[in-house]
Parts: sequence; structure tokens; C-alpha cells
Amino acid sequence: MIKNRTAQGYLLNTVVIAVLLIGFAFFKGALGGGGEFKLIIVPSIWQCCYLIILAASLNLSLGFLGQLSLGHCGFMAVGAYAAALLSLAAERAGVFEDKSGTAFLLVLAGCIIAAGILAAIVGLLVGIPALRLKGDYLAIITLGFGMIIVNIINNLPFAGQEGLALGSASASLYKNGLGFGTALKVTYIWVAIAVTLVCLVMMFMFVRSKYGRAIRAIRDDEIAASASGINTSYYKTFTFAYSAFFAGVAGALYACANATLSTSSFAFANGGILNSTFVVVMVVLGGMGSLTGSIVAAVIMFLVNYQIKNGVWVQHLPAWLQNIFSFPMLVYAVILIIVIMFRPKGIFGSYELSLRNFFSDIKLQRQNRLAQKLESKEALRNG
Amino acid sequence: MLEIKDIHVYYGAIHAIKGITITVNDGELVSLVGANGAGKTTILHTISGLLHASRGEILLDGKNLQKVPANTIINLGLAHVPEGRHVFSRMTVEENLRMGAYIINDAKCISDSLERVYHHFPRLKERARQLGGTLSGGEQQMLATGRALMTNPKILLMDEPSMGLSPILVNEIFTIIDQLHNSGITILLVEQNAKKALAVADRAYVLETGKISMHGSAKELAEDDRVRKAYLGA
Repeated sequence: MIKNRTAQGYLLNTVVIAVLLIGFAFFKGALGGGGEFKLIIVPSIWQCCYLIILAASLNLSLGFLGQLSLGHCGFMAVGAYAAALLSLAAERAGVFEDKSGTAFLLVLAGCIIAAGILAAIVGLLVGIPALRLKGDYLAIITLGFGMIIVNIINNLPFAGQEGLALGSASASLYKNGLGFGTALKVTYIWVAIAVTLVCLVMMFMFVRSKYGRAIRAIRDDEIAASASGINTSYYKTFTFAYSAFFAGVAGALYACANATLSTSSFAFANGGILNSTFVVVMVVLGGMGSLTGSIVAAVIMFLVNYQIKNGVWVQHLPAWLQNIFSFPMLVYAVILIIVIMFRPKGIFGSYELSLRNFFSDIKLQRQNRLAQKLESKEALRNG
Repeated sequence: MLEIKDIHVYYGAIHAIKGITITVNDGELVSLVGANGAGKTTILHTISGLLHASRGEILLDGKNLQKVPANTIINLGLAHVPEGRHVFSRMTVEENLRMGAYIINDAKCISDSLERVYHHFPRLKERARQLGGTLSGGEQQMLATGRALMTNPKILLMDEPSMGLSPILVNEIFTIIDQLHNSGITILLVEQNAKKALAVADRAYVLETGKISMHGSAKELAEDDRVRKAYLGA
């Protein structure tokens, strides 16, 4: 049929995604769009969507560029606040009345893009001085940056420590801005899914392009990359800003999915699902240098987080275990230790899951494992 | 082709290179030999823009290299094979070679260069899909050299190509260097293994603590008593 293997891959992926979406529509119809579906499944999908974007975007700078950034949620906070404030301003200016119609959709699209661009600009401003440093020093700088951003937002007169819920902006995000209630979350679920798909496609294209090859070269060896004519500081800063862009978009989705917005959700040391270390854990868990790994890890971590907080089975556990579960960070740490012990390179390593090559890859892996076993046997026999 | 005129290089307060003049003519293989810490690598790094000379000038075909940033020097036709090989360990051999041609946008030109490199290094073609980090030391040296050749450079700077290789592989690498030289590439070779370096070179410079102590044709130097005593162990 189609000879070009790249085209085959695209076609296969598109078909699978379309089938999944249609399946989801049937599923929605079967459940009647109310009850559990409305209260649990849809909000979960929203949360998964922004976690996937967040983890994949950090993977660009951590996995592909090899620069550890501990302030990724800072960019997300910038995006979330930018989108929220912009939507409130639009409402006050009378661009949209209720959350429907073309005008609102345009505002929504504008908010998401503006959130990304603002986060990218902040990423650029942080990246230009910070990326002169390496390793631990860069981690410290970005860690500090995450805290600084939270403090700046806290002290902005129109954002404020109380968040955007109680009226420092004299309006509620839920009532007047782009915060969606449960019913609207169901209506606009396609927004979350579409934004996630577009972001992932953009990231995949970046990684597979000449740019992607150049940043992997920088990760492996900066001197040799520079000797090959790559402007290393340009690429590092660019990738940092590009990954901040998607963190900002994830922030905009976060602002949509929440009725309130407060800086404590992005702070470094909060116990919730959104802090920069948690995102790093997701990337490491999924495999540094594998975007598909990040997607899988984000969903897994979301499920773990959800289950230990809301799972019915938790109530049947002994009391001491339940007490541990009230400190989710402990559980994440144990998961991370287990993963590092048994799969030091993360679930996927740097392997990208590909539907087209799925079976041939599995076959290849089995062959490799067999060959390794034979080799070690031979080595034993030869003493 | 390459003229280095009386350059001085400092590491902070340390005067590492104290006025060195070297010329490399078209099609020549010039060796730079000397003991550890004599400043051989420093000179190469200064030429390729990773370090800056405080005095003196470096001319490539009459163009001054001092003001050109390291990552654009390759555009002028000067390629550097760094010491310790520096291959991209988590990229395949072919990707490594393609990175070498990073500054070239013409796909036809890149595939021609790839063919030429595979012609010089058939071993790399066998391992095209293997990750750079899984190659042996000698193969990594071939890969680093092949990568530098991808831009079809006018002059190749090679830094310690024999470092950390077994004697058999050292012989193989020097055979390849000789081949490259015979195919018309100009080479400036920095090497601790003075015996080998003098055997393949046209001319050579002997470096001692930041100064040139002797220079001349490689044959003359190889027979010189002082060189034999100090570097050739005779």
C-alpha cells in the first residue's frame, strides 16, 4: 500500500487516535454523561492532560538536553496566572458573557497561547544567565527561580497570596474567568485533549528534527558538539524556552480545570501532585529521553496519587499504612527507589514507543536478551 | 595554509605558550611532538578558538582566526578531532557522522561525505546503527576522525589520536592517518608517541615547556641525537 514508512507511521497513529476518541464518545454516551463520569472520570482526564504536557516538556530539557531544571512548575505558575488574569480581563471588558460561543473559544485559545508565550519569555530570561552553569549549579539556580516566581506572584497586587478565588482580583475565576465547573469540563473536554495532542505533536517534531539531534549531541558531549559547529548556548537557551512554553500551556489547562488558583499549589515543597520535584520524578520514572515514557509515567503517577487519596481499598488497610498514605510524598519516594533499583533508566529508557515498530521492537529485544544470555553463559564456561 | 605567528597563551597567571611560530603548508602533514605539559593541546585549542591567545596571530589562508567564535571556525574549513575522542555516546554511528556535517544543508553533499568517510573507515559502515558509546577505543577514534572529515575540511587538527589505544590499534590509526595524508588532506598532528608521529610526518616541531626547541623535516629530527635521547628512547 503505502511504501513510505514515515507516512505509514503517521497514518497508523492517526487511525489509532481516531478510534480511541470515537470509543471515548461511545463510552460517554453509555454512561449518560452524568454521575461518576462527570465527577471523577472527566476531571481525571483534565488532570492527566496537563500532567502529560508538563512531564513531556520537562523531558525536553532534562532528558534530551541533559540539563536538570528544578523550577519547572514556576513556568507552569506563570502560564496559569497569565491565562487566568487574561480571561478575567476579557470578561470584564465584555468580550464574552457566559462560557459558550465563538467569542469564548477565541478567548480560550488566546489565553492558552499567551500563557505559553509568556512562560517561554520568562524561560528565556532565566535561561540566558542560568544555562552558563552546569549540573548541580543549574539545579540550584532553577530551584531558586521556582521559589522566586511564587513570591513574585504572591506580591503582585492583582494576583495575591489568597489566590484568584477570594477576590484579590475582585472576581472569581470560576464565575467570571476560564475556570470550568464539572458540567463545563465535560463540554470542553475536547479542548484539553486537543491541546495535549497538538503539544505532543510539536514536541515529537522538535525532537526528531535537526534541532533535536543537535540537543542530543550537546547532551552527549558539549565540546564535540561545539567542534561540529553547533552553537551550544543558543540551542540550550532555545530548548529551555521551548520547554517552558509547554509548561505554560499546561498551566493554562490547570487554570481551566480549577476553580481557584493559588501559588501554594506550585510551591516547591507542597505535598500535592504539582511541584517541580514531582515532575522530575515523572520524567525519571518514564525514562529520560523518551516522550512516550513521560506520557505513561504521568498517567501512572496520576493514578497512584488518585488511588492513595481516594481509593476505596485504602480504607481496608491497617491504620499505620493509612497514616503513611496521608504523606503522599513518602509513597512517591518509595516508588522512585523501586524503579531506580530495578529499571535504572526508567520504564522506557530512551526507547520511544511506536505503534508501527511495536512488534518488530519486541522481537529485537527478545533476540538481544537471548544473545546476552548466550554470551554470559559462554563467558562462564571460558572461566 | 595555516600560519601561527608568535602566539602567547596564558591560563590565568601561568604562561603556557611563550611565543610559538608554526607554519603548515598545503597538503603537508606536520607533527607537533613533546612531553606532557609542553603545551601541545593548548596550541590546538587556541587554533580552534576554544582558548584565546593574548598576543600573536593565527592565519588560515590569510584570514585571522582570533576573532572567530569556536563554533563558526568549522565554516572556514578547519576541523578539530579533540583529544579523548568525544564521540556522542548515545547516538548511533551514522548520527554521529551526520552531526559532523551539521553546518551543511545540502543532502546530496552530506551523503557524498558519508560515502567518502565509509570508504576511509569501512569498519564504521559495518557499525552504522550501533551506539557511539558501545564502540571500542580504536573505533571511537575512527568515528571522531570520520566526523571531522564530514565537512570536507581543508585542514584537520588531530589531538593525540593514539591515546589509550593498544599497540595494534595505534598502528592501524597511523596507517589511516597516512592514507588521509596521501589523499591530499592537510593535517596538523599532535602526538606523544614521537616515533610514530615522526614516521608519518613531512615536517615536525619539538615543543618543550611552551617553546619550540627544534624543528625541521621529520626524517632529520628522527635521526637527531637529542631527539632520540629525549623522545625516542634510544
